[in-house]
Amino acid sequence: MKKTVFKLLAATAITLTFTVNAFAQTRGGTLTAIIQPEPVILTSALNTAAPTGFFSANVFDGLVEYDNDFKLRPALAESWDVSKDSKTLTFHLRRGVKWHDGKPFTSADVKWTLENVWKKIHPRNQIIYGTVTSVDTPDDYTVIIRFSEPSLAVLSSLNSNGAQVLPKHLYEGTDILNNPYNNKPVGTGPFVFKEWSRGNYITLERNPNYWDKSKGVSKPYLDKIIFKVVPDAGARAAALEKGEAQYAPFSPVPLKDAERLAKLPGLKLETRGYDWISPWLFLDVNVDRPYFKDVRVRQALAYAIDLNAFNKVVWYGFGKPAVSPVVSTLKQFHTDDVPKYGYDPKKAEALLDEAGLKRGADGTRLRINLDYLPYGDDYKRSGEYIKQALKRIGIDVNVRAQDTPTYTKRVYGDRDYDLSVVWFAGFADPLVGVTRAYWSDSVGKNIPWSNGSGYRSAEADKLIEQAQSSASQTERVALFKKLQQRVQTDLPSIPLLELHFFTVQSANLKDTVTGVDQIYSSLKNAWFDNTAKVAKAAP
Amino acid sequence: MKINNVVIRRLLQLVSVALGVAIINFFLLRLAPGDAAQVLAGEAGAATPEYMAALRAQFGLDQPLLVQFGKYLLNLAHFNLGYSFRHGMPVAQLIGERVPATLLLMGASILFAVLAGATLGAIAAYRAGKIADVVISTLALVFFATPLFWIGLMLVVVFSVWLDWLPVGGMFTIEAGYTGWAHIVDVARHLVLPAVTLGLFYMAVYTRLMRATMVEVRRQDFVRTAVAKGARPPRVLFAHVLRNALLPLVTMLGVQVSSIIGGAVLVETVFSWPGLGRLAFEALFQRDFNLLLGILLCSSIVVIVVNWVVDFVYTRLDPRIRFS
Repeated sequence: MKKTVFKLLAATAITLTFTVNAFAQTRGGTLTAIIQPEPVILTSALNTAAPTGFFSANVFDGLVEYDNDFKLRPALAESWDVSKDSKTLTFHLRRGVKWHDGKPFTSADVKWTLENVWKKIHPRNQIIYGTVTSVDTPDDYTVIIRFSEPSLAVLSSLNSNGAQVLPKHLYEGTDILNNPYNNKPVGTGPFVFKEWSRGNYITLERNPNYWDKSKGVSKPYLDKIIFKVVPDAGARAAALEKGEAQYAPFSPVPLKDAERLAKLPGLKLETRGYDWISPWLFLDVNVDRPYFKDVRVRQALAYAIDLNAFNKVVWYGFGKPAVSPVVSTLKQFHTDDVPKYGYDPKKAEALLDEAGLKRGADGTRLRINLDYLPYGDDYKRSGEYIKQALKRIGIDVNVRAQDTPTYTKRVYGDRDYDLSVVWFAGFADPLVGVTRAYWSDSVGKNIPWSNGSGYRSAEADKLIEQAQSSASQTERVALFKKLQQRVQTDLPSIPLLELHFFTVQSANLKDTVTGVDQIYSSLKNAWFDNTAKVAKAAP
Repeated sequence: MKINNVVIRRLLQLVSVALGVAIINFFLLRLAPGDAAQVLAGEAGAATPEYMAALRAQFGLDQPLLVQFGKYLLNLAHFNLGYSFRHGMPVAQLIGERVPATLLLMGASILFAVLAGATLGAIAAYRAGKIADVVISTLALVFFATPLFWIGLMLVVVFSVWLDWLPVGGMFTIEAGYTGWAHIVDVARHLVLPAVTLGLFYMAVYTRLMRATMVEVRRQDFVRTAVAKGARPPRVLFAHVLRNALLPLVTMLGVQVSSIIGGAVLVETVFSWPGLGRLAFEALFQRDFNLLLGILLCSSIVVIVVNWVVDFVYTRLDPRIRFS
């Protein structure tokens, strides 16, 4: 009885909180966000770098948005139809949307951007839109895209990061990559670009004519967003602690600092909003090396690493041991039914003995190099952990440091490496992010973030190509599951962790996460709860 | 006539040094693996060979090295530092935007280092062997030996986070939109910690130099003569001792100005200061060679000019030194 009453009370309390929250969205306030590194250009139609994506969704809209379950939500397109053979995609655009310079947004903008940008320049989209045969615009508010082959992956990449629409009237006939509007963007989004002081900050102001209204109140709620460039991690932690910035994405502070900051009364840690990126950390094995040609040696590497301990020690628990390259949050595509390599150093040693790599007089079987992604301390420590783990099975690892261009050239160009620690974004459809790690077409072509292991498998290639052109989602899912089994059997690269990135934000900043791709979408729903008492950071 | 000769010779010297710097840098930088297209593709998170080719063509990286070099020299002859494709802006404009911040930081830190260093050194010299001397000399040693970025971070922790007296970083409070005096005060508040951090090392150097030379000069005959003639202590200090003790300090000042860009990289990073040092640092990692070459060229010119100024100051301080 008591329990029931309590439950009822709790339920009421929850409802009340929700109601209060729903109506308490107050307008106003300036949000200072930390952006790091500084973006190269301010539109992700031309460069999909993380800081550009984080910034530019506030200025530009995508055709759709994603909710918290990967489902599509209308944005610039109010509705869409996929034909039965999945070869025709029709978008019905929102009426009355205006670019920030006052010109109307129409289907011509979408057609022009698709034909000239997504298909030709966008770094990721060429695989998706490469099979587009024609784009028709029967009227200003309808776009019909016809594909030569079904291209279902399109639906997973239509947000502002995957397919940003550029204003045709400012870009047509210009040198697109050098267009001055790349640095002073004109979009349709919730915030209007104001100023970019290089090395310092970018400011946005509220778009008073924004189309998105909730209960009669037009979004966005914030008056202004300032994106501050703060290059030093210690300075970022200090700025957040002091309240000089209220929002910082992409794990902005060292992991050991994150725990401390999360305990401060004025701050909170948010790990949602990164699912669309589906990041996984892995160990690429250069299969062209004679000693790594034998699959037993690659398996031995996997058996030698205790992923649970690795997650705790190196990543402070900000991850989850991975069983396949498709992360488990992509429930539709992920499969658990793959060969697994639990921590078992004895088995690892046995496999190495079997493969003919016996311990020498000094107990060492093999001396190799490991290169890690130079994106900060976490990757360096990952490399050092693996060095220790492999030492136990008689493999002596030399950990090498370098800067990013040297690293990508070494791994993807010269292929002069043994092991490499790196993370990839898998995105919502494995075709966009995962298959590139296994497709033999890109080996050794010096393309960053492609197939670094040098894996060539006719079967894997066939699965990838079939998935690319399949018209049936069920069939695609089956193909991707088979691919996961194939690559986990061959093991050209060893999945280590599904990474959990985090955002540090002010405790009174609300509704920052409304979709799986939040980190690449706008802050139009965010607002400051001025009623919440924010305790000042104690010394 | 003689002055003209000096000016012409100096200008020739400037041009040849700058040209040498440009040539060496141009080929040296090309030794680093990877190019700007690769960095951009890397940052974009994905790429296709077509995308990379488009970027290389856009940057002119698809042309032979000698052609690129020829174009670069031709640009320089027209006083054009080239175009930064990464930033989508002319290099000169990018540098121009960042120079004021760096000059302000440099000026403030040099001023702080010289004033504080000379004063502390003078006090230590006059109190040689006493408590004040021991304290000052120890402090100087500590600042001399501690890394710059660590001092910066500690200053932030103490004065910004704990005491809440000064801002954490940046050049001014963007949110506030101050103008006029309020803006100047705001910038000054933001300037304190980075300028002190950047200046502490040289302050320590000046303190030690000043102390050593003053102790030495005070023992010399002309000082004793001045005192014996009945000159007042302030006059002895300023006209006789200080003037003669300043020479080594000026030499060091030249060194400080020349090396300050290097120190600025760290300080500007720790304090989010939008200056040239950080721009150079990022340009290197991004293989934005046009920009990096421009910055290196400009700073080499600054170093040459500063050396002239130091030479000139020598002749004023000690008329026995002449241009030959």
